[in-house]
Amino acid sequence: MKSVCFYFQVHQPYRVKRYRIFDMGNDPEYFNDRSDADLNNKKIVEKVSKKSYIPATSLLLELLKRHPQMRVSYSFSGIALEQLERYTPEVIELFKRLVETGQVEILGETYYHSLAFFYSPAEFERQVTQHRSLVRRLFGVWPRVFRNTELSYRNDLGIWAEQAGYRGILAEGWDPILGWRSPNYVYRPKGAEKIALLLKNYKLSDDIAFRFSSRTWSEWPLTTEKFGQWLGEAPGDTVNLFMDYETFGEHQWEDTGIFAFLEKLPEEILKNPGLTFKTPSEVIASYDAKDEMDVPHTLTWADTDRDLTAWVGNPMQKAAIENLYAMEDDILLRNDTKLIEDWRKLQTSDHFYYMCTKWFADGDVHAYFSPYESPYDAYIAYMNALSDLRLRATKNKVPV
Amino acid sequence: MRTRVLMFGWEFPPFNSGGLGVACLGLTKALSVLGSEILFVMPKRLDIRAPWTQLIFADEADITVHTYNSALTPYITSKSYSRGEGEGGSIYAGDLFGEVERYARFGARIASKERFDIIYAHDWLSFGAGMAAKRATGKPLIVHVHATEFDRSGGLNVNQHVYDIERAGMQRADCVIAVSEFTKRIIVERYGVPADKVKVVYNGIDETTAPTHEYELSRLRALKRSGYKLVLFLGRITLQKGPDYFLQAAARVLKYEKNVLFVVSGSGDMEAQMMQLAGSLGIAHAVFFTGFLHGKERDEIYSAADLFVMPSVSEPFGIAALEAMRLGAPIIISKQSGVAEVVRNALKVDFWDVEKMADMILGVLRSPALRYSMAEHGKREAENLTWEEAARKVDGIIHQLV
Repeated sequence: MKSVCFYFQVHQPYRVKRYRIFDMGNDPEYFNDRSDADLNNKKIVEKVSKKSYIPATSLLLELLKRHPQMRVSYSFSGIALEQLERYTPEVIELFKRLVETGQVEILGETYYHSLAFFYSPAEFERQVTQHRSLVRRLFGVWPRVFRNTELSYRNDLGIWAEQAGYRGILAEGWDPILGWRSPNYVYRPKGAEKIALLLKNYKLSDDIAFRFSSRTWSEWPLTTEKFGQWLGEAPGDTVNLFMDYETFGEHQWEDTGIFAFLEKLPEEILKNPGLTFKTPSEVIASYDAKDEMDVPHTLTWADTDRDLTAWVGNPMQKAAIENLYAMEDDILLRNDTKLIEDWRKLQTSDHFYYMCTKWFADGDVHAYFSPYESPYDAYIAYMNALSDLRLRATKNKVPV
Repeated sequence: MRTRVLMFGWEFPPFNSGGLGVACLGLTKALSVLGSEILFVMPKRLDIRAPWTQLIFADEADITVHTYNSALTPYITSKSYSRGEGEGGSIYAGDLFGEVERYARFGARIASKERFDIIYAHDWLSFGAGMAAKRATGKPLIVHVHATEFDRSGGLNVNQHVYDIERAGMQRADCVIAVSEFTKRIIVERYGVPADKVKVVYNGIDETTAPTHEYELSRLRALKRSGYKLVLFLGRITLQKGPDYFLQAAARVLKYEKNVLFVVSGSGDMEAQMMQLAGSLGIAHAVFFTGFLHGKERDEIYSAADLFVMPSVSEPFGIAALEAMRLGAPIIISKQSGVAEVVRNALKVDFWDVEKMADMILGVLRSPALRYSMAEHGKREAENLTWEEAARKVDGIIHQLV
């Protein structure tokens, strides 16, 4: 029997306000925009909760009850959970009830949705531990499958996850690394012994996440019958559908019919005797790894390059992230909780994404998802905040 | 059959005082490449080389009109201002209105002697000539608005006479071309022109009009070598261009960075006032006034700049911003400018928000990565904003009318 494995990503960054040089030394708050701008984190969390998290989670709760065989999994960034607890705690309650059904698996990631693995392995581990504690406190579970920020993956991350005790890890099912192979099987990371690698079926995932409402798409409108048929016809053991949770209601608005689609999909899947639902852990327990997968260079789920260039590809992004991690010792040695927390909030990958010039510079402004007017404005605000942080970290510093 | 366009202009490089002449040069050349024949009419005989267009000078013998000497500068200089010309708060030079009126009369005569399909007039100075030509021949008229009286006056002391000429030209034209949506809004709201009669055609830049050579930068190079960064304002020193906001931002920047020079390049009625402002802000040591620069010197200052700032209060387009981009300078432009509608690789700020402007200036000066990224992408972007593109749109409009 072939399984359908859903994983939804829930994440909200702490966007940096328009922090000016003149604020340096006077204002240690970087994330407290309270204007009508899209930098107001409270406003955005409230909006996304209303449009997406609340209706989608309420619907999924009902669906899980209606279909006891149904399974889904989630990965929450720590800072998303933090903000939800603060601004829309009813969402946290809904997520708790989801987990209580026993039909939902929670995955592990970094608390700050960071790229720390590639810049500071020690910091990376601290953030994974911090995330695990939060998940345990809120949901009483222990993540057994890992997924890294932006689905970034490399051989050494697979080996790290195995050593850290995870059963499995997720990555993008990108053709160049697959070659003739299908993403619909379980694989083994190169150099690892038992951990499983689950690969995203990006074609079927993106049919929902990106193409669902696209009228220029030849398959529009996407019906559950059609999608159910594609799932049935897909070769392999498991179809891994990985996507942002905001797909439901925020990226695809309610009036596109996305919720109606979601509501009918489980029924359609379960109608097919060859299909069933599984969580990532269940997939790993059910199928043997078919082959070893060699991913020497970083793979992500972003754009057509599937690498980290959307985050650290241009000179501004590199300058920003290198400056950030260069401060690690100064920050940690201060033993100042607020300072450390601010430094970590500045590690969130979104900050670097806002500085991306890949599409913006050449005119595809619609591909530039950012609360800033331009990558240059994003960079200035970030670097000003970072300079203030450095000032705080080195204030009255005793020379060693 | 090639369309023959009778085009009335006022200035043409190298005898220009601003963007109007640059735009006429770029547009006529690109239009002629697309197959139009341009008869470009100027008020006075000048040594201009533009082989792609047939130049007609209103004061030339073969058109046998009264010869006259035109006061070619549409704007008065700071020197003539201090001599008391342009009295009554007027920014216009001496007998400019007389010139404009004489030019209008020649318009009709030239029109009756030449063979053409359509009439085209650039800005109010030549609207009169355009209207006269239309009256005489009944041929369709396009007026191209590069700036309005509201931009030039900064909204204060709008000259009624100029406004009336502008309004008449726009009303009588069969189509009004605006250099930006920003300008189109003014034309619709302030001049009562129906929106569907106004078409936006953005200016461009190409090798015809772009400064291209990097020359020896003697004195500025020396200063730059000793570690100074150079921030450039280039434009007329008038209310419209916001030089005072530039200095206000400069004063804020200098509190944080000492090794910065602010260069004000241009001339205009606010020049003396700006020198005094620099003094009272206590930044006179860091502000340089170069006067109006032409050709080589202008290129020199552009390529020396680490950053170009255009803080215009009301800027129909702002070709200078494209010139700076083309030469690889990062740019900060006011949101009250037409060029901000087309250019992406720039920092944009409200002209009055001098704090934010200063923050941006500091951000750019302090970060080589930001300078590099903006310059690289900006240069490529400017290379794609061509006169050819503008001419293609104008060509389409012409063909709808003839």
